[in-house]
Amino acid sequence: MDGGLNKERRKAAPKHRLTTRLWHWVNAAAVIILFMSGLNIFNAHPRLYWGSYGSWGDPAWLQLERFSHWMTIPGYYSLADARMWHFFFAWVFAIGLLIFLFISLFNRHLQRDIHISRKEWRWSAIRGDITKHARLDFSHGDSKYNVLQKIAYASVLFLLIPLMIFTGLTMSPAMAANWPWLLDIFGGRQSARSIHFIVTWMLFAFFVGHILLVLLSGPARQLRDMITGGRKDAESS
Amino acid sequence: MSTKPLSRRALLTSSALVAGGLLTGCGREFNKSETVRKILGSAEDANFAVHRALGDRMQLAREYDEADLSPEFQPNGTRDPATEEYNAHAANNFADWSLELTGLFERPQSFSMAAIRAMPQRTQITRHDCVEGWSAIGKWTGVPLKLLLDAAGLRQSARYLVFHCADRLSGVRYYESIDLLDAYHPQTIMAHMLNDENVPIKNGAPLRLRVERQLGYKHAKYVQQIEAVESLSGVYGGKGGYWEDVGNYAWYAGI
Repeated sequence: MDGGLNKERRKAAPKHRLTTRLWHWVNAAAVIILFMSGLNIFNAHPRLYWGSYGSWGDPAWLQLERFSHWMTIPGYYSLADARMWHFFFAWVFAIGLLIFLFISLFNRHLQRDIHISRKEWRWSAIRGDITKHARLDFSHGDSKYNVLQKIAYASVLFLLIPLMIFTGLTMSPAMAANWPWLLDIFGGRQSARSIHFIVTWMLFAFFVGHILLVLLSGPARQLRDMITGGRKDAESS
Repeated sequence: MSTKPLSRRALLTSSALVAGGLLTGCGREFNKSETVRKILGSAEDANFAVHRALGDRMQLAREYDEADLSPEFQPNGTRDPATEEYNAHAANNFADWSLELTGLFERPQSFSMAAIRAMPQRTQITRHDCVEGWSAIGKWTGVPLKLLLDAAGLRQSARYLVFHCADRLSGVRYYESIDLLDAYHPQTIMAHMLNDENVPIKNGAPLRLRVERQLGYKHAKYVQQIEAVESLSGVYGGKGGYWEDVGNYAWYAGI
């Protein structure tokens, strides 16, 4: 279906566009800072509850030791400073995400690369992809991502990140007053806080999986391509 | 052309800088830097602006039912001021406690507890969110702050209200401040009852502020004086509250 000219242009195009690369690294910094400052904030009250209220006297579904300071930003306990880092990079993350979604919709990245077609939703296709992954075969034929990648990216983009943002907003007393439906959706402020914490670790699992896959699929090349852009045709070699 | 390797190097250098920034971000020096604070603090201003721009500025915080009440209302901050003066008031059931309205009022005056109880009251079951992360639901009864301000005639030049408290933390008097939008909000009350009883000492007896769309540390307890001012810069440490002054917490605590 591709004309010769189209194919030529495809070859010359970088594997990752400049906007993607910029977003990737800004995001990497923002997500790491959000994660580490979030742990510092959690340390202020390392207990989690379901429902609207929950405090020292109430039953917690989870009570943890405080996270060590090498894991937190700042590297010492400071709720005020951690909140400053967290809220600043929440804005960085949110603005980057908005721009990314806007551009991706416009240049059809979402429709073309992330959208999972009905054909791909078949269990046999997914199983085939799992088997391939288990053999450390990460080729994906014609499309940019294979189906497991698509499922991972789509669930992060359209499930986990929105959950993070909206549970975060629910914890703000002013936002909960402005948008009381937030409290209803998540079943109360303390439930929202619990979900915020759980999804943190789901995103952390995605992060670990992402790094692991990069390490298994030629880390030097992958890292280089995410910095310089790389070339599309170099991929299948 | 050598642009490619150059930009590559530039990118690597900037990523190294970001990584370095991350590492130093963990350090005290970096966090105490005024420039860093200013940049990071800009997010607080953005939160304030967005919250105020969204929806109705007089939007009420959610009110709950009796069935939703916390079994025990957890205190935050001081649990007992325990000064000689306060202890004397406590021994006397706070019968002689008074609330002074000072500063930019047409008729600065003092309200006795009896006078406050005799004014129209508001009762609300609301959620108290501590900056630490926990929440407690309590039933508060008190006089709407607006009625006190109207009685004393708030002057046009007033921009903020400062709440001076009876408790001291590490020897420094606790205080807080709010702007007039929150001051005139229907749920902003000077509460003297919690769950149908006089406010217990640990929760701010005999009089505490409820400012329901902000975090717990804004809800000044043991309030003795409300001062109307034009600017917060001359008050105590100048940042508008005890935790703002000593702990670098945000003055706007809507998040």
